[in-house]
Amino acid sequence: METLTALFAFWHEQAGKLGEQTVQHIGLTAGSLLLGVLVGVPLGVWLSRRPRWVPAVLGLAGVLQTVPSIALLGVLIPLMGIGPKPALFALFLYSLLPIIRNTLEGIRGVSPAVVEAARGLGLTDGQVLRKVELPLALPVLMAGIRTATVINVGVATLAAYVAAGGLGEFIFGGIALNNPVMILAGALPAAGLALAFDALLGGVQKLSTRRLTQVGAGLLLALPLLGGLYLLPRATGKLLAGFSPEFVGRADGLPGLTKTYGLTRLPSVVLAPTLVYEAARNANVDVIDGYSTDGRIRAYGLRVLRDDRRAFPPYFAVPVVRPELLRQHPELGAVLAQLAGQISDSVMTDLNYRADYLHQAPQRIAEAFLKRRGLWRAPRPAVAGAAVVKLGSKIFAEQYILAELYAALIRGNTDLAVETKTGLGGTTICFEALRNGAIDLYPEYTGTGLLVLLQPTPAAVDSLGGRPAAVLGYVRQEFRRRYGLEWLAPLGFNNTYALLMRGKQARELGIVSVSDLGGYLRR
Amino acid sequence: MPDAPPPVIRVTSLRKSFGPNAVVQDLSFNLAAGETLVLLGPSGCGKTTLLKMLNRLIEPDGGTVEINGRDVRQQPAETLRRGMGYVIQQVGLLPHYTVAENIAVVPKLLGHSPATIAARTTALLTRLHLPPARYAAQYPHQLSGGQQQRVGLARALAADPPIILLDEPFGALDPLTRASIRREFRELEELRRKTVVLVTHDVTEAFELADRIMLLNAGQIQQLGTPRELLFRPANDFVQSFFAAERLALQLRTLTLGDVFPGSEVNNFTPPAQKPNSTAQNPQPIASSTASAVHIFSEPVNNSDGGVNNQAGGQPISIASKQGLDSKPAVGRKIGADFTASTTVQDALEVLTRPGAPASLFSVSQLMAAFGEALQREEDAWKR
Repeated sequence: METLTALFAFWHEQAGKLGEQTVQHIGLTAGSLLLGVLVGVPLGVWLSRRPRWVPAVLGLAGVLQTVPSIALLGVLIPLMGIGPKPALFALFLYSLLPIIRNTLEGIRGVSPAVVEAARGLGLTDGQVLRKVELPLALPVLMAGIRTATVINVGVATLAAYVAAGGLGEFIFGGIALNNPVMILAGALPAAGLALAFDALLGGVQKLSTRRLTQVGAGLLLALPLLGGLYLLPRATGKLLAGFSPEFVGRADGLPGLTKTYGLTRLPSVVLAPTLVYEAARNANVDVIDGYSTDGRIRAYGLRVLRDDRRAFPPYFAVPVVRPELLRQHPELGAVLAQLAGQISDSVMTDLNYRADYLHQAPQRIAEAFLKRRGLWRAPRPAVAGAAVVKLGSKIFAEQYILAELYAALIRGNTDLAVETKTGLGGTTICFEALRNGAIDLYPEYTGTGLLVLLQPTPAAVDSLGGRPAAVLGYVRQEFRRRYGLEWLAPLGFNNTYALLMRGKQARELGIVSVSDLGGYLRR
Repeated sequence: MPDAPPPVIRVTSLRKSFGPNAVVQDLSFNLAAGETLVLLGPSGCGKTTLLKMLNRLIEPDGGTVEINGRDVRQQPAETLRRGMGYVIQQVGLLPHYTVAENIAVVPKLLGHSPATIAARTTALLTRLHLPPARYAAQYPHQLSGGQQQRVGLARALAADPPIILLDEPFGALDPLTRASIRREFRELEELRRKTVVLVTHDVTEAFELADRIMLLNAGQIQQLGTPRELLFRPANDFVQSFFAAERLALQLRTLTLGDVFPGSEVNNFTPPAQKPNSTAQNPQPIASSTASAVHIFSEPVNNSDGGVNNQAGGQPISIASKQGLDSKPAVGRKIGADFTASTTVQDALEVLTRPGAPASLFSVSQLMAAFGEALQREEDAWKR
């Protein structure tokens, strides 16, 4: 009941968006169906004349049908970019099999006697097709179109991943945010659309052949009109934003950003998280969300807009250690402190770029970095019976690099042995490993420590106001108190949400900070 | 056939193979205007293939088909087909067209005016005992098999083509319906004037409808001739054996009173002539005054000079109707107990053995004795 109320509230709140998405959804479905009919029916007719090709063509269409939709979109993006094109094309491919197959089956199902009689009476091949075969195949053909329609209404939800809009925007936003109301807000209308189309076409299918011929012609006319819905001008602005679903829905994501900066007139599309960078690079969109130290920022020439009003919570990287380690090996404190404040956002971005795009080994990256900073010392020879420092990391490049940096420093500056336990999966695994002594140290982010591990009341979070020092102070104090773990000095960079633009465009428009962006949009 | 008019259909050295199977081998024949040719033979003998090569539904591998002196390949197949009625066993009515629309297909293709088409449709439906008011707007699935085949026939006749091709048109019907439609078919005035090629494997049907029968086997003509010729003068063992099972029934259907009572000296009797003119000449009554069964006809039918009465044999004969028996009033005038010279022995037997049959000039035993003698004469003529 509560969910239902929340659902209606959501719809009420997002009525404009819901309408727009529904129209887009219908447009996508109709447009792809139109393509499917225009290609599939002639292909089916051709196959009925060339039975030798049936296995090959139906086989191929069947293979296309079995390709997972996400994978198909993934294949199409390099070829067609993002936006309506790959979405329409993917939906078109999905609609092909039922339409081709049912056209063929429909024509094959026409009694050979009727065709022979028609030919014997002197109908030309074209007349036999138009006046006899197609009208008689129409019920089966319509069943194929019906199948294709229902498939496409479903698959069209995935169009949201390639910025083609549709009801998938709510669905994937909801999934990303684990927000059932938001999922339902998109899923229910999508299911409703599928049922409505199915019922409509089911009704059409029951008509007599003669009426069906007329209605079929009407539908063929209606499809381009419905498809045209998709082309209705969407809200336009000077810039177009492409956001990942999670960012759109998270309180500390877009909503917080909009509130803090009063961002207006920034129309946005929703994109698969993995595609936002590509979309910005290919100028499909102008503004995206991302993580401030992502290697792609450098690889694609993007620019992080400074969060001058601190809309995004701070996620400063800080080594977290077991205090016993420092007590047993006091020399370590100074060694670990060598990295404090050494790594800025852009430096970390560069290091990530080397790992993600140049595919350099984390160890090599760490060594090169330390050499540049004059911190490099060759590893000391192993001492038998030396104590072992166990370093942990989560399972992504940035953490591997950080772990290797600490490993190199310890090996070069102390006689301690080092064991790296990298790829420990998520936050909780690393944290538990540290608590029970499986590892001695791993890099954590202040925001994560606060929101994921400590999980204070919202009031407590609000009181910190997103100030980096306040957050660090809070987590340090609370970790000491609750877990007896120590947060050392921050490394310097803040791996948090960020708004990104293409560097060139940002320069041209004179946009450096999010405030600048807001100002530019308001002008 | 002597002094025949120029053939409407001339087939020369026609050949067709499907893969290694030679379905039609070097086949030639002529067909005169108004003639009904029945292609008869066992399954796979090539009769349907031959028929379909006439309207180019199948293209021959070699040889020519000429219609009215013109090679069929010189014109578009569609034009050719619109000039030939075509009826198939499965009827093949367009299921999404009404009866009237089905009949109108070819006239529409030929550009006839709607008024002409409507009038023609009404006339045909009436003639085929499908009252237009009731049936014209019905769809094929609402009709019985026999009614569907009547519509199929009407459709083939709609544009009044001079040639009609029929591929086992009655094959899918139950025996009763088949008999009644066959009767209608036989009596259809329309068809008398047309050149008809009909495919069947039903021997009785062939004998009932054919002017001439072409008996085919393995793609080759075994014999081409009148039913009598095939029955009494088989060209080879195949022909002989093909009719063996039904020989007696066929003989009863083929021999007429004129054959079994030759030398009848009473009254003038003119055997019915060829079909197109048959209505013009009526046979005289058989001996209304004499009691002698063997003096029925004034003009004996001479079977010894060839043993075959072409005219009578080719003519489907029936007797005047009584109690719903077959009737063909145009051909036979009542003579005595309903018989004419062209009444078949079969029909005469049916009348004679009917309960309460009227007194006749001859008894069943007299008829059967005469029939036996007639058979003997045919046999002798054949052996000579």
